[in-house]
Amino acid sequence: MQQLTEIVEQALEVIDKASDLKTLDDIRVDYLGKKGKITDMMKMMGSLSAEEKPAFGQAVNQAKQAVQQKLTERIDGLKASELEAKLIAEKIDVTLPGRTLEIGGLHPVTRTIERIETFFGELGFVVKQGPEIEDDFHNFDALNISEHHPARADHDTFYFNPKVMLRTQTSGVQIRTMEHEQPPLRIISPGRVYRNDYDQTHTPMFHQVEGLMVAENVNFAELKGILHDFLRNFFEEDLEVRFRPSYFPFTEPSAEVDVMGKNGKWLEVLGCGMVHPNVLRSVGIDPEKYSGFAFGMGVERLTMLRYGVNDLRAFFENDLRFLKQFK
Amino acid sequence: MKFSESWLREWVNPSVSRDALSHQITMAGLEVDGVDPVAADFSGVIVGEVVECGQHPDADKLRVTKINVGGDELIDIVCGAPNCRLGLKVAVAMVGAVLPGDFKIKKAKLRGQPSMGMLCSYGELGIDIESDGIIELPQEAPLGVNVREYLQLDDAIIDVDLTANRADCLGMAGLAREVGVLNRQAVTEPKWEAVNATIDAPYTINVVAPDLCPRYLGRVVKNINVKAATPLWMQEKLRRSGIRSIDPIVDITNYVLIEFGQPMHAFDLNALSGGITVRLADGVEKLTLLDGNEITIPNDTLVIADDKQAVALAGVFGGESTGVNENTQDILLECAFFAPLAIMGKSRRLGLHTDASHRFERGVDPELQHKVMDRATRLVLDICGGDAGQVIEAVSAEHLPKAATITLRRSKLDKTLGHFIPDTDVVEILERLGFNVETTNSSWLVTTATYRFDMAIEEDLIEEVARIYGYNNIPNTAPQAALTMPDHKEADISLKRVRSIFVARGFQEAVTYSFVDPKMQNLVHPGEEAMVLPNPISIEMSAMRLSMFTGLLTAVGYNQSRQQNRVRLFETGLRFVPDAQADSGVRQQAMLGAVISGVQNEEHWSMESKTVDFFDLKGDLEAILGLTVAASEFSFKGATHPALHPGQCAEILRNNRVIGYIGAIHPSLEKPFGLNGKTIVFELELDALLHARLPLAQAVSKFPANRRDIALVVDEAVSATDVMNLIRKVGENQLVGLNLFDVYQGKGVEPGKKSLAIALTLQDTTRTLEEKDITETIDSVLSALKTEFNASLRD
Repeated sequence: MQQLTEIVEQALEVIDKASDLKTLDDIRVDYLGKKGKITDMMKMMGSLSAEEKPAFGQAVNQAKQAVQQKLTERIDGLKASELEAKLIAEKIDVTLPGRTLEIGGLHPVTRTIERIETFFGELGFVVKQGPEIEDDFHNFDALNISEHHPARADHDTFYFNPKVMLRTQTSGVQIRTMEHEQPPLRIISPGRVYRNDYDQTHTPMFHQVEGLMVAENVNFAELKGILHDFLRNFFEEDLEVRFRPSYFPFTEPSAEVDVMGKNGKWLEVLGCGMVHPNVLRSVGIDPEKYSGFAFGMGVERLTMLRYGVNDLRAFFENDLRFLKQFK
Repeated sequence: MKFSESWLREWVNPSVSRDALSHQITMAGLEVDGVDPVAADFSGVIVGEVVECGQHPDADKLRVTKINVGGDELIDIVCGAPNCRLGLKVAVAMVGAVLPGDFKIKKAKLRGQPSMGMLCSYGELGIDIESDGIIELPQEAPLGVNVREYLQLDDAIIDVDLTANRADCLGMAGLAREVGVLNRQAVTEPKWEAVNATIDAPYTINVVAPDLCPRYLGRVVKNINVKAATPLWMQEKLRRSGIRSIDPIVDITNYVLIEFGQPMHAFDLNALSGGITVRLADGVEKLTLLDGNEITIPNDTLVIADDKQAVALAGVFGGESTGVNENTQDILLECAFFAPLAIMGKSRRLGLHTDASHRFERGVDPELQHKVMDRATRLVLDICGGDAGQVIEAVSAEHLPKAATITLRRSKLDKTLGHFIPDTDVVEILERLGFNVETTNSSWLVTTATYRFDMAIEEDLIEEVARIYGYNNIPNTAPQAALTMPDHKEADISLKRVRSIFVARGFQEAVTYSFVDPKMQNLVHPGEEAMVLPNPISIEMSAMRLSMFTGLLTAVGYNQSRQQNRVRLFETGLRFVPDAQADSGVRQQAMLGAVISGVQNEEHWSMESKTVDFFDLKGDLEAILGLTVAASEFSFKGATHPALHPGQCAEILRNNRVIGYIGAIHPSLEKPFGLNGKTIVFELELDALLHARLPLAQAVSKFPANRRDIALVVDEAVSATDVMNLIRKVGENQLVGLNLFDVYQGKGVEPGKKSLAIALTLQDTTRTLEEKDITETIDSVLSALKTEFNASLRD
């Protein structure tokens, strides 16, 4: 028994001194292995009397447990400090920039068009596209702009020949839609349009979104309502809006819409009106049965106001320093 | 159109401020573009007369004057103006006066001489009249009167941007009528003593095109003095309407033009040969215009001719040889109504746009000519003297436009506006506009006015009612509509999704002009014909694009020259390919294009940064194509394109149809486009991309997958895609994954050959594959590769 106690004390001492897992494993083999010192003690059982056996067996088992427990504690302790050391060694500067691929961005004009499409899309307006090189019927005649109408001269049209031109407005899309579909109709048509004019406030190409609603009882108060809602939504501000009588050959009554700018001045942002009966007739829709409203807006104008862009020409220079501001 | 506020107020003077007035006009549809005071703020300036004017004893350029301002004492003023002279009526800033810029006039001594004020120039009073020296007031100007009042300087120039339908407001009469309606106030027309002929001066007027000239009035006035001065009041009114004073006859015709909107012309009677004929030009006639330019008159142009030749373009421009000049004694005044169709488009075609043609092509009141002829004659007699003959009229009543008679239904008015305007308001508005209204049960029969060419249909009247009632008095309501659900095809990929993938991969969207520099485009598409604008902004913006390439490459060059070295751009839009079979002779096709240049990623502390190559952009493209869930429908095939590197160019195919190109820019294009290093582009037809397959779900196998790697050696000309396709075909259903993970040439591989390392993943949906199955599949793959490509396993 004395011997057993010594062995255990000895074992506990070397376990304490051990500084790595390998040594501990050797100690385990040394004491608890098949030929280990404590295991050997068990073999001594044979030489003991029946009375002594249970007590001795219990003592050896306790010794085994004590050593085993000590070993486990020590192993856990060593593992924990090893992990600790590893964690310290692996410390990084978390403020260093990540391995990113910087995202790009939509062109601000597209961004505005997508917003407009969302506003009107939610009201059931369907997006329609059309050709940019147009014929005079769809760009002018069907819109009640006859050949010598002064409004034609106001358009600064890029002609290829008297019958073919770059469209000056996206209204031709309305005509093309009405030629093929019967009311009720709710469409918007965004796209590029062209005018032969180039200065601080004009580029020869720009974007318009036009809208059209034709049904049995569409009226001017509704036109006012929808545009009012649109402008407040677009600018996310309860800004002052006014409707001012104007003239377009394809609408009657016609209006231009101004919003009150931050500088206290009115800014024109839209043209609109009730679709002229001649336009409806030109596409085979009975103006006595149906009525409609139409509106058109300059996308660049709205975009400039929304994001504080000062120079119209910036939209088409594609300077990354400009574009990257729009994510 | 510019006009003076005070002139307008002579016609109608509502008690509203200047700002309120211009707001009213704007909100009636006559948009006010600007309101400019005719003079700056100043005070203490009165009319005086130079009664003594002597040389300054100590200064060559100064004069010492005594000025009578109507008071008890004469005022000493030293003046440096060259036109300061004895007897001149001048504008005197007295001591205590405050001139623009808060400039106070004080007692002073100039080179020892006392000066108790200042003689003013127009500029010093903030009046926009160019002159050397001080203001020369008319001799009749009363002494001591405030100059602001005498020159009516408390006035503003109002500039109205009139829409094409409102020709009736191209004169004070029309503007006043409009302001009268808005303020429910009567309009006072100026009064003058009617002219009675004092001489008998018949003249032959023959209108051979009465449809184009339904009314032509002529009147001879003899013995006039063209050297008479135009009165100051008239000069000022003209100036405030943006018209320069020339001579009294021209000034008078311009004056009635602004006053009533009726253009007139005056011929030098003695320069005319025989009578006046109004006819179409014969196509060969030439005419030297008043501005000295000689034109050949196109044959469908209406002209005024004498017995020998055309002497004026009717309603557009007078001729030089018959114009009034400083020796003119007798004149023939013309006051006509030319039909809009006679003028529309004609003057523009000649590059001429005059105040007269602007009005005639929009419509002048056909009932106005007698009144205006009388008004102008009265002014001529008053200013230039002379003897007037009788008015000679050639009129074709059947061709004169009549005021439209239109029925306005209560129901239509309500339905169009969505708002009820009371009967009394409707009738009052229409009557104030000068229309005659007959009220019936459910409608109004409205006879409009001859000056309103824009009144033709019921909707025109609805607009008039709404406009005067005030658009902003009509409520805003929410549109009512039937809830119909539009068709949505799931397999249609939205452009929005395509764009967002580009954005996620670091591309900026570009918008380049649809017209490009033909020279640059010809480098990209040599020999291909493009649509060309005959009248472009500039030659660099004259050819319609045949692809996205020219615009995108230009944008890359633009950015690289501004130190932007990593460029990733994409653009969608139409290309324009001439095609006789297509509408308008051009195929307008939606395209998607992209370009990359510079490094793969910005310099980073922990990432390698290589220059981009073909496979960077191809990877982006493949990601986009992945949207279709139909990767197997797309393929790439080595090809050539004039803009692209012959060894790094591929056709993009969908179901074996070429839908676009991808490649590195040909080195010879780098310099002309200002490209700095390797640039990769692609372009494809958008419509070929935007159709997807619907996903068709397969069960996920519960059995383990097995990977086998093979390293093949094949001729370097063998395409990797062909190898992969063959493996896919032979491997059939068990092959669930295939990945080419290494390509190697060099030591250990025979020259002219390449090694492809490929991982095959095999799996069955019904059982665990055994070694024997796997070996069998791999063997059949290898044997097929051997047969097809003479491929061997690498040692």
